[in-house]
Amino acid sequence: MSLLVTLGIGVLGGVGAVARFLLDGAVADRVSRDFPYGTLAVNLLGAFFLGILVGAALGANAYHLLATGLIGSFTTFSTWAFESHRLGEDGELRLGILNLIVSLVLGLAAVWVGRRLGTTL
Amino acid sequence: MRLDHRELGAIFAGGFVGAVAREALDRGFASGVGQWPWATFIANIVGAFLLGYFTTRLQERLPLSAYRRPLLGTGLCGALTTFSTMQLELLRLLDTNRIGLALAYALVSVTAGFMAVAVATNLVRRARIAG
Repeated sequence: MSLLVTLGIGVLGGVGAVARFLLDGAVADRVSRDFPYGTLAVNLLGAFFLGILVGAALGANAYHLLATGLIGSFTTFSTWAFESHRLGEDGELRLGILNLIVSLVLGLAAVWVGRRLGTTL
Repeated sequence: MRLDHRELGAIFAGGFVGAVAREALDRGFASGVGQWPWATFIANIVGAFLLGYFTTRLQERLPLSAYRRPLLGTGLCGALTTFSTMQLELLRLLDTNRIGLALAYALVSVTAGFMAVAVATNLVRRARIAG
């Protein structure tokens, strides 16, 4: 892979991180802050879009830039694990575990639906 | 929402480095169809550990800084780790009927991620008590 593609992955990775921050903040401002809905929204939306990219059968470079760079950075595993752990520390361990399981199940569904949709494009 | 352009710049910079590092892991630990996705797994667990470490340190130990958390937490750790790729890998394991491996990958990832945050948090707090 060329240096240009790696640089592009970096730039789109930066854009994805900023987009995650903005969407997370917008969701958290509108919904309750007792449950990490912002991260859930980001991760499900990202999983759906990744599914579309897979289904749409893009060229290798375009796929890498968008899937690894943009969507890979947009979604996050670390914040998801962190927020689940902090829910446990606040005496809401059941909510923390629920956050892990619900995200996994819905995330899988999101990427599956996205892929089906992508193949029709 | 009030936008702080320097905060967004810090998130962008962290996100740049995190994405490039994840891509390097992808190339270093390429896994074939039906195999354990090591690259994503390593990125996710290391990133969860670092986020637990940075966030606890920044919240509970160091003087407040406006740009360290966006740079290291939201940017670097957020972008180094990924949820979407993990879900795609799970779906591909299920596609090829590797249901046991998919279940193990999901359970080990979330458990190890949770434990990595817990261990990092305790390390920072014990250092504070000792110091």
